Amino acid sequence: MQIETEKQIMSDETNNLLNELTNKDYAYGFVTDIKTDFIPKGLNEEIVRLISAKKDEPEWLLDFRLKAYRYWLTLRMPEWAHLDIPSINYQDIIYYASPKTKETSRHPDEVDPELLKTFDKLGIPLHEQKMLSGMAIDAVMDSVSVKTTYKENLAEKGIIFCSFSEAVHDHPDLVKKYLGSVVSYRDNFFAALNSAVFSDGSFVFIPKGVRCPMDLSTYFRINARNTGQFERTLIVAEEDAYVSYLEGCTAPMRDENQLHAAIVEIVVLDRAEVKYSTVQNWYPGDKNGKGGIYNFVTKRGICKGESSKISWTQVETGSAVTWKYPSCILAGDNSIGEFYSVAVTNHFQQADTGTKMIHIGKNTRSRIVSKGISAGKSQNSYRGLVRINKGAENARNHSQCDSLLLSNTCGAHTFPYMDVQNETAIVEHEATTSKISEDQLFYCNQRGIPTEEAVGLIVNGYAKEVLNKLPMEFAVEAQKLLSVSLEGSVG
Amino acid sequence: MQQYIDFFRTHRQQIDESCAPALNSFREKAFDVFRKTGFPPCPSEDYLHTDVAALLKDDFGFFLNPPGRTVDPHKAFRCNVVNLNAIKHFIVNGYLLETKDNAPLPQGVFSGSLHVFARQHPELFLKYYNRLAGQEEDGLAAFNTLFVQDGYVLYVPEHVILENTVQLTGISGGSSRSLINRRILVILEAGAQAKLLLCDHTSDEKSAPAVTQVVEVYAGENAHLDFYELEESAPEAVRLTGNYIRQAAASRMITNSITLSNGFTRNNYRIDLAGRQAETRLYGMAIADARQKIDTFTRINHLVPECRSSELFKYILDDEATGAFCGKIIVSPDAQRTEAYQNNRNLLGSRNCRMYSKPQLEIYADDVKCSHGMTTGQLDEAALFYMRSRGIPADEAALLLKFAFTSDVIQGIRLEGLRDRLKLLIEKRFRGELIKCQGCI
Amino acid sequence: MLTIKDLHASINGKEILKGLNLQVNAGEVHAIMGPNGSGKSTLSAVLVGNPAFEVTRGEITFKGEPLTECSPEERSCRGIFLSFQYPVEIPGVSMVNFMRTAVNEHRKRKGETPLTAGEFLKMMREKQSVVELDKNLVNRSVNEGFSGGEKKRNEIFQMAMLEPELAILDETDSGLDIDALRIVANGVNHLKRPGNATIVITHYQRLLDYIRPDVVHVLYNGRIVKTGGPELALELESKGYDWLTKESTCSNT
Repeated sequence: MQIETEKQIMSDETNNLLNELTNKDYAYGFVTDIKTDFIPKGLNEEIVRLISAKKDEPEWLLDFRLKAYRYWLTLRMPEWAHLDIPSINYQDIIYYASPKTKETSRHPDEVDPELLKTFDKLGIPLHEQKMLSGMAIDAVMDSVSVKTTYKENLAEKGIIFCSFSEAVHDHPDLVKKYLGSVVSYRDNFFAALNSAVFSDGSFVFIPKGVRCPMDLSTYFRINARNTGQFERTLIVAEEDAYVSYLEGCTAPMRDENQLHAAIVEIVVLDRAEVKYSTVQNWYPGDKNGKGGIYNFVTKRGICKGESSKISWTQVETGSAVTWKYPSCILAGDNSIGEFYSVAVTNHFQQADTGTKMIHIGKNTRSRIVSKGISAGKSQNSYRGLVRINKGAENARNHSQCDSLLLSNTCGAHTFPYMDVQNETAIVEHEATTSKISEDQLFYCNQRGIPTEEAVGLIVNGYAKEVLNKLPMEFAVEAQKLLSVSLEGSVG
Repeated sequence: MQQYIDFFRTHRQQIDESCAPALNSFREKAFDVFRKTGFPPCPSEDYLHTDVAALLKDDFGFFLNPPGRTVDPHKAFRCNVVNLNAIKHFIVNGYLLETKDNAPLPQGVFSGSLHVFARQHPELFLKYYNRLAGQEEDGLAAFNTLFVQDGYVLYVPEHVILENTVQLTGISGGSSRSLINRRILVILEAGAQAKLLLCDHTSDEKSAPAVTQVVEVYAGENAHLDFYELEESAPEAVRLTGNYIRQAAASRMITNSITLSNGFTRNNYRIDLAGRQAETRLYGMAIADARQKIDTFTRINHLVPECRSSELFKYILDDEATGAFCGKIIVSPDAQRTEAYQNNRNLLGSRNCRMYSKPQLEIYADDVKCSHGMTTGQLDEAALFYMRSRGIPADEAALLLKFAFTSDVIQGIRLEGLRDRLKLLIEKRFRGELIKCQGCI
Repeated sequence: MLTIKDLHASINGKEILKGLNLQVNAGEVHAIMGPNGSGKSTLSAVLVGNPAFEVTRGEITFKGEPLTECSPEERSCRGIFLSFQYPVEIPGVSMVNFMRTAVNEHRKRKGETPLTAGEFLKMMREKQSVVELDKNLVNRSVNEGFSGGEKKRNEIFQMAMLEPELAILDETDSGLDIDALRIVANGVNHLKRPGNATIVITHYQRLLDYIRPDVVHVLYNGRIVKTGGPELALELESKGYDWLTKESTCSNT
């Protein structure tokens, strides 16, 4: 019991730390002064070809990009979300930017010191001697992967963890087999856009029977001005494999909005499990709603094999606009999908996020826990779909969606869709919306805890069910973020 | 859609002829709206599972002239709801029949034909008619306004309490497929109270009418209205309703809609809680089997502080029935201290039935208590087993559980006679003995 | 230590305290008794600055300095502690985290450095024993799922952690069985220091069997209508409040 307590205190320690941080602004808003290789602004077939050529891609991949681009031309930006987005000029964006280094990016061992410094500053050491133990990292800046750590150690077990571009060259068959197999380029507007112009990202392959010995992590950093980031992540877990994958992201503070449109695809075979955790902290814009990242992400995993499992955990505190629905297709019998989410919006942020659980196999189970926290003048929506297909005997779903309101100028909305086509299914959805309790705040005050700090405590408590699902290091980071994001939201 | 536009153009004179000028005065605007919007597009967020244009695409017949009184509805349709002591009205194919045998009404109360009301009280009519339904450009409401020739009006002046329940029996049908448009307008002035029961039927099991019905309700300050609807129609019948309700301060309203049988039912509810401390209870229940479809769309707007709403919808689906429920609760920025609760519970009884549920909360105020819940599942196996282990046959046990499932909706009815009658009807319905409405007709 | 002069306070515009005077000195234990609705809980709420109550007239000084303008957390850090009649549950926030934040706020105020994890743990273990608090309880969320008795013991545990100069026990005996009552009272007595004072608000004599008051006040209709020694509590126990309330109504007319 005592050990438990001590462990708890250790994380409480950091929890207190963040209260010092509450008075700070967005901490990752700096710009790295590094020469960047840009391609011309705008989007057309030539640009798509240019990106492909820059990456020295095989013909089939260029074809994939062009098909996606042509399809994208026929689409319009979706408007169904509870978001108010000014029109985006897709011709005003630079679709490829890479930090100029002396070496080409094909030799990741010799990374420009300036870049190493940048990631150091973000708390992501890439030097051999300083590398985080127990975690392998793929660091991506703008359109290219800067470095992947522990690659060799992992390779010994047959695990492939590398940048997407490397995977295209080194493991073309695997990429070809799985690329677009979960998120087709025809899936939606942003998926088509990403498929046409995606630049880099991570590729993970865990072979049969291998439990990945460390957490794999990708850190995304937008640095260059006027560029968009379009990364693509593909994770494949073969039979009986296991991996825990983490994703973090930041961007400089800028007055203009920047676009981020990513795709994540996960394929999980028999009895395998993938845990995917995100702490999303893109620049949210300033207090007046100026600037910030537009975050449009398509994340989807398929539990292809029987008894397989995908678990999404996300802490969303950043971005001016978030449009994101990490989903599970539960195709294998007895497969399990989970979605745990904390979404915080403050000032003028807007978030429309949730999940889709598509039950296809028999005895499939899914669980959704969503905690929305709205402050300032923000709008925070949960949107989710639970579908039980005709053949999904004995499917079970339980969803819990709670909203906490911290101001009288924000909005909290819940839009669940439930579609049940099998009579043996049990689908349950509960949602509540409430204000932060005056009684709880006063109780903390009486014990000497100032209101701002009390809010941090109560909000972290409210989100605990989700935070507990994160790996330890990430949980600490997430707790900090929660309090920092809500700075100035009460009073 | 075009067929209706053409029909209106060619038959306008005939439609107008038998109607009060006040009623006709709304058609021009409705025509513009309908030409612009057409029927609500499907699928769209508010009409995901009801394709109005497809439902009304056949060549339906219209009843452009009031029917003669060939049968005495009092003899043909006996209502078996005991102890109701009702003020009875019959609305046949959209036209309210004259009734002479009702007891005299309290001073100032109007209970009768829309058409007569528009003639006798044009100023009141113009003040209220289509003010709620015409607020938004809804193609279905516009369509109804365009063609409607009669319906029912209940007007209760200030502080008058109408003790007796008004029972409105709707009978639709005929030998050919007909399209019936009818309208109900309920105005309760401040402090007034009334209870309205609409029993909706088809003339026989084979008739396949399509009915559009727009209901507008104004509940003044402190007014109380109970509005019950019981639908027992033939398997090919289509009914599309739009209910528009506006409640002033401290008004209380119970709306309870029960579908025992029908072909396709779509019920829209839009309730504006526009005065402080207004309270609304919106309940509904449907038992659907064969290829029945039931689609409910509700939108409760909490416009001012301190209002309460509670919603409960329960469906029991079997065979190839489809159920849909979309419930929106919208809390406006200054509607503090709102309490809003919504529940949708569904039982699926077979392989081929299907349920779509979409509860939604949109909240722009902070001091609120709101929740929604939805479950779709089957009868509790453990309970079934427990009952069987006590000697209750499986079928009977299932029936008891299904019956229990409906009980909280039935308990929401404040007319004892109706409650008792419903219990009997629901049991018969579950036993498959309810071939046609035996009770009411 | 605490001086209250002509205190008037109201909630939602309704006046509850109507000119209350009270003097509590260091080292003293005061009991405030009175029938339901006399204003006992209002007094405790006003002393700790519950924003639901409004002070309309009068003044409160604590250790010579005015209190009425202070925020609730300032009052706490200045040494005023309330054992709540109905402690609130805070889901997800562990007792450890909660108390550690509170203790370090108090230390910050005194210019002391925050406790390290080890020091804090040691302190917790010591103080837990004061109220025989189950070790598992401090690993749970604040008051969540605690029984009535556990909640009250948890209040006294917090009191032990924060070491207040003025402790106010609001109906701490309500809902406690005799064993729990004894444990709570022992805890309170154990924490008594010569420089500290305690205000015990209660409806019944029985808590006062364990916590011996120096002064007993009867609160009625928003005022203190009678003050006496411990014998007054016994007298109230046997005679009830009627004789006093009649007296006070007479004197009012």
